[in-house]
Amino acid sequence: MRQISTDGPVAFRTEGLTKVYGSEPAAVHALRGVDLEIPKGELVVLLGPSGSGKSTLLNIIGGLDRASGGHAWYHGLELTALSDAQLTQYRRRHVGFVFQFYNLMASLTARENVELVTEIAPDPMPADAALELVGLGARAGHFPSEMSGGEQQRVAIARAVAKQPTALFCDEPTGALDSTTGRAVLRVLCDVNARLGATVLIITHNAATAGMADRVIHFADGRIREVVENRERKAPEEIAW
Amino acid sequence: MSPLDRKLMRDLWRMKGQAIAIALVIALGVLMQVMMDGLVNSLDETRQAYYERYRLADVFAPVKRAPEQVSRELAGVPGVASVETRVNGGALVDLPGRAAPVRAQAVSLPDFGAPRLNDVYLAEGRRIDPARHDEILLLQGFARAHDLGPGDTLSATMNGARRRFEIVGLAEAPEFVYTPAPGELAPDDSRFAVIWMSETALQAAFDLDGAFNEALVSLTRQARVEAVLDAVDRILAPYGSTGAYGLDDQMSNRFLSEEISGLRVTSASVPPVFLAVSAFLLYIVISRMIQQEREEIGLLKAFGYSSLEVSAHYFKLVMVIAVGGALLGCAGGVATGRSFAGIYQQYYKFPFFVFKVDPPAFAIGVSVSILSAAAGGAIVLRRVFALTPAVAMRPPAPADYSRTVRFGGWVKRHLDQPSRMVLRRLIRQPWRTFAAVIGIGAGMAVAASSLNLLAGFNRVLAQNFTLIDRSDVTVTFIEPLSARTVYDLGAVDGVIEVEPVRGVPAVLRHDRHSHRGELSGLVAAPRLYRPVNRQMDDVRMRGDGVILSTALADILEIRPGDRLVVDVREGRQPVLDLPVVAIADTLIGAPAYIELEALNRALKEPGRISGAYLRIDKARSEAIYETLKDMPGVAGVSLKAESRAAVEEIMDEGAGSMRFVMTVVAFVITFGIVYNSARIAYAERARDLASLRVIGFTRAEAAFVLLGELGIITVLALPVGVAMGWGVAQLLAAGFSTELYQIPGAFVPSAFGGAALAVLGAAVFSGWLVRRDLDRIDMVSALKTRE
Repeated sequence: MRQISTDGPVAFRTEGLTKVYGSEPAAVHALRGVDLEIPKGELVVLLGPSGSGKSTLLNIIGGLDRASGGHAWYHGLELTALSDAQLTQYRRRHVGFVFQFYNLMASLTARENVELVTEIAPDPMPADAALELVGLGARAGHFPSEMSGGEQQRVAIARAVAKQPTALFCDEPTGALDSTTGRAVLRVLCDVNARLGATVLIITHNAATAGMADRVIHFADGRIREVVENRERKAPEEIAW
Repeated sequence: MSPLDRKLMRDLWRMKGQAIAIALVIALGVLMQVMMDGLVNSLDETRQAYYERYRLADVFAPVKRAPEQVSRELAGVPGVASVETRVNGGALVDLPGRAAPVRAQAVSLPDFGAPRLNDVYLAEGRRIDPARHDEILLLQGFARAHDLGPGDTLSATMNGARRRFEIVGLAEAPEFVYTPAPGELAPDDSRFAVIWMSETALQAAFDLDGAFNEALVSLTRQARVEAVLDAVDRILAPYGSTGAYGLDDQMSNRFLSEEISGLRVTSASVPPVFLAVSAFLLYIVISRMIQQEREEIGLLKAFGYSSLEVSAHYFKLVMVIAVGGALLGCAGGVATGRSFAGIYQQYYKFPFFVFKVDPPAFAIGVSVSILSAAAGGAIVLRRVFALTPAVAMRPPAPADYSRTVRFGGWVKRHLDQPSRMVLRRLIRQPWRTFAAVIGIGAGMAVAASSLNLLAGFNRVLAQNFTLIDRSDVTVTFIEPLSARTVYDLGAVDGVIEVEPVRGVPAVLRHDRHSHRGELSGLVAAPRLYRPVNRQMDDVRMRGDGVILSTALADILEIRPGDRLVVDVREGRQPVLDLPVVAIADTLIGAPAYIELEALNRALKEPGRISGAYLRIDKARSEAIYETLKDMPGVAGVSLKAESRAAVEEIMDEGAGSMRFVMTVVAFVITFGIVYNSARIAYAERARDLASLRVIGFTRAEAAFVLLGELGIITVLALPVGVAMGWGVAQLLAAGFSTELYQIPGAFVPSAFGGAALAVLGAAVFSGWLVRRDLDRIDMVSALKTRE
């Protein structure tokens, strides 16, 4: 894959993006034509009910899934035209993921889980530094089973940011956490956004989270219903749960 | 170490139970391959080395009496490398405390130096002093069987004179590796002796001063055996030659060759069956194991690992198990082979035995395991890679059950929800169900066919020693006697019934095929020894032709209606041309029968018999043996119980011994497959089962959903196992059959019943093991985490 410049002001752009699961008559239209621009370095929150298409969008621009129609770009790179191998390279170089259920490898310690990514990324930070970043420097040698849900999610974030991604995708990162832990996790995401300058996309059910975003995209029924730009961002600690 | 490798190690540790079970299954398949291949090669090479080291002759030429000078003439025959002459005569050994006399062979050793051909291996004691005519070497096996050793004395009758000898050493020789008692096929150490003594002494005993009665010849590399045999026969004809024969027809070598080629057939047919079954199991188990890793595969892909890197990771995991199992099998094969080598060395009386496996045997075992494991992994990985990481990371979408049968009213009335779950799952994934059924069926097939084989061996014994041979004692004469002897035998107190028999040594030919054996003349309506057909009915003796055993008919490729050439090697040595009139289902040996009178007519020797079958009053057996032993002309008396024991021994310690190892291996494989099936079913359903527990199912009810599936698959596998086992049983029977004995492939219901019970037992035990895990399932965590 050619080296791409990430200097432009727009990180992600889509045109008429559609995604259909299954075939007629049982087909599910997850995306029904999405046009979108996300400026570089912003923290964006995607809101919407279940099945509104936000995860599908995230998966497609994150290189985890393929669109049924339309186009998507990451800077100058047309994601919808990439082969599997090219998508792999895209994920490896540019993208970090955080999932609702952490998806840690149970058989690896926190540090090893992070190393799983630093091993293959072109310019990673040290695994321990990533764990320090999420406040888990002291827990590096523990296995997932020895950690609380919040700690596991922070390991997942450390794993995602360790490669110094230019884009960080978080699908319901606080969905399985209580309010205190949830806020702590959001604080980490804000810090990553500020310190690394990465574009951060967060999917959430919690409308209050929207307060901490630069931009809030509302989804409904496979389409963007509304995009709201916040003039002022709240700190995660101020968010109602 | 990279984190992926660390993951690999920990994953292996986590699945150690299952990994070991899988590795064991493949290990056993490889073990069979390595062990049997190694044994066949080692046996062959050991024999070769033994023959060479002790200079076994290539041609044996018995004569009545030939002067020493003739040996120079023999040495001049083109293709002859060296010649040795000797005296070789019959003897009867009297043992204190043993009523029946023992037949022995007395063989001369040169007075000075080692023999040029057919040397002996001195196992104990010293060589004989040529000046002392009463010193002998005794065959080690016989000596051991009777607790005799150097320093002991032995009394033997040679040429009608009884003499006492001093045993100075115990010996073995390549020409006496396999030593059957007279008139029998199976060797019996206690009933066959070889006495080596000085040439002068033996010449004196047999009135052969300055002469020999057997010439031994070794050949040059380029020599043609047939040409040399002809030349030797021409030279020795004036001296009463009964026909020179090659090493191929030498008794001991022939039986040994038979054993080795029997073992070779077994090793070529049996291990591949086991290896194939193991490979199939490996394939199934690995593919289902990788299937369970689907979400982790998706995650690794999401991180940006390429398909190649992910494949390499799982390939390593699979290879650790497959290669580990294969190497374990190689090591186990060598170890088992070594311990068998010890048994074989004793059984075949080799002075040494080197166990050595050919590299290809290892290579085949290891590569078959690698290939089947890799195939199992690759097929699933390809399926997972076809999914986008987003889809792969999600638990598989609920399987689409909409197209399975909508259960009708009957099912709904009679089956509760859990039963319907079980049934739908089986129907929804027919290939998985099919593979599991075939897998367990294959496991049962190896177990059933092994048991069937064991039953086959027993059937051979039962058929031969209760249906065919109904006598108690067989008497063999030194040379054919008048039929009046029957009355003498009948007059012995306690003898109930006498049935004469005449056996003549002969070379039987048809087309290019020939067999050196015997033509047996039986009375017209035999009762004590009677050939039977497959239905165990009498085969009527006929005067107008010969009846062949199945084995002999196979060797000669001859059928009823064809003509058999009988090249008689006794008396005036006529060549007879006789039609084959019937085939008898004889499972031991390769006999040919003809009606006694017809045989004597053809030989122009009316009223001659060479032995008799007797039925006796067992209460008086001791006295009867004493009388028989002292009767003139009696060469050997064999008791059916003893010959049966001898045949059993050859089956249990020779090539047939492999069947026991095979049975054990078969059962372990059967258990391995059933246990793995249960384990995998459990792993695949852990979430469902936890959900059932959460919504209020009792442990037993949840267990039913899991074990019901295993139960139905097991029950479905039973008929499949019977069908497959039947096929494998035929293969095994053919593989284990030798010229010495033929194993029938007949269906033995109890063997299949036993195998079915074993499968059910394995299923119950495996079910109990997973049920224990199910009882301990952590409901909350099973539902919270995504694995």
